[in-house]
Amino acid sequence: MENKRKYVIPGDLVTTGPFRPEQNVILEGKNIISTSIGISEIYDDSVRVIPLTGKYIPKIDDLVIGKVISHSSLSWELDINSCYVGFLPAQDVFGRDFSAHADELSSKLKTGDLVAARIANFDRTRDPLITISDRDLGKIDSGALIKISPSKVPRLIGKRGSMIQMIEQGTDAAITIGQNGWVVVSCESPEGLLKAKKAIQMVNEKAHVANLTDQVKDMLESKGE
Amino acid sequence: MGGREATMVLLDENGIRCDGRKIDETRKIMIKAGVLKNADGSAYIEFGDNKILVGIFGPRDVHPKHMSDTDTGILRVRYHMEPFSVTERKNPAPSRREIEISKVIKEALEPAVMLEKFPRTAVDVFIEVLQADGGTRCAALSAASVALADAGIPMRDMVAACASGKVADTIVLDVNNEEDQAGQADMPIGYMPNLKKITLLQLDGILTSDEFKKCVDVGINGCKIVYELQKKALTDKYFGNGSN
Repeated sequence: MENKRKYVIPGDLVTTGPFRPEQNVILEGKNIISTSIGISEIYDDSVRVIPLTGKYIPKIDDLVIGKVISHSSLSWELDINSCYVGFLPAQDVFGRDFSAHADELSSKLKTGDLVAARIANFDRTRDPLITISDRDLGKIDSGALIKISPSKVPRLIGKRGSMIQMIEQGTDAAITIGQNGWVVVSCESPEGLLKAKKAIQMVNEKAHVANLTDQVKDMLESKGE
Repeated sequence: MGGREATMVLLDENGIRCDGRKIDETRKIMIKAGVLKNADGSAYIEFGDNKILVGIFGPRDVHPKHMSDTDTGILRVRYHMEPFSVTERKNPAPSRREIEISKVIKEALEPAVMLEKFPRTAVDVFIEVLQADGGTRCAALSAASVALADAGIPMRDMVAACASGKVADTIVLDVNNEEDQAGQADMPIGYMPNLKKITLLQLDGILTSDEFKKCVDVGINGCKIVYELQKKALTDKYFGNGSN
């Protein structure tokens, strides 16, 4: 079966026949029906719809960028741009010998701090458990936060990271993309920062355009002169 | 009902109604998706002289917490009429009628929305009627469905709605305000066009069983017309300058 792409809205018939329904599709009798606005794809024996809108739903092992909203004596709560709040236990930051009496949580992370984190565990019954004990994770000290639609994150990364690599090389910026649609850009030169911001906004607005890579490339080069 | 203006001709001998429509014709409908920036999803509908704005938030945390359900998400709908939506100022406090319509719209959307994917959350639907001219519940339901799709909430199907009714002993599509006041019956229908299922059916008036069947058929045809416009509204917003 060829990789047939189609624009669909909820209720639209994607295909009929013996296919495996994956993301954003349901099986109704023999028909595979889309449940989201998006682009349908048929790969080998599976069908899925890539959504163009919607909130971020946590997935285990996703890299996300969170903002500390509050803390108790044992854990922090992070806004991860989702319908659930991220739960960061104090042991994760202070280590095994954490003591609620001796350690003050606000000495490490304060309300409003940005954190690069990974979803450690998530299921239907609990709020997502997140961790920052890994390389490249932890508090973000500098950079500009850009919020884009979570459904457009794959487009910003591009095929095997092509889009993001192009933006990074074109502007000398370091870009951290959270799967939840929050992106942190840090760059030495203010021009590079502005250009990277503009490129990211451009991807956000024109995610469905076919030759977007060329358009972004033109934009990056034109300003560079 | 009861006929305010006994002199008004609801249906003339050529089958033309009081506002110049044929018996199987809807009023002029315009739907636009994604009109609000701050809401997660939104839609605006003009259904004849009805003007309705819908905003969606969610899925999001449930407050108060005791309302949340650990098995599934919940849907909350508020249908509200602006004080200036009718000829005489309407008290902005929720009336008996608005509470009822909020409930029926909620129940008409529930079969379509797949809330079980988001346990412990709520989806809030806010419907504001800016101008009312009969058939607001159908227009509001159609717009709410577009707004839910715009918010990216997974749905089994869109819900399209249209009313049919009995005016001057004839079954007609899309009853307007005058026909509703002076006519014999009014039947709002909510319909999932791909699954071919009815999600809302109310009847105000008396019909024989043959008339009832005809009324449902006529109403469903109206829903299909509305559905095409819903589809167009979403396609325009999301695939505007692309081609299929």
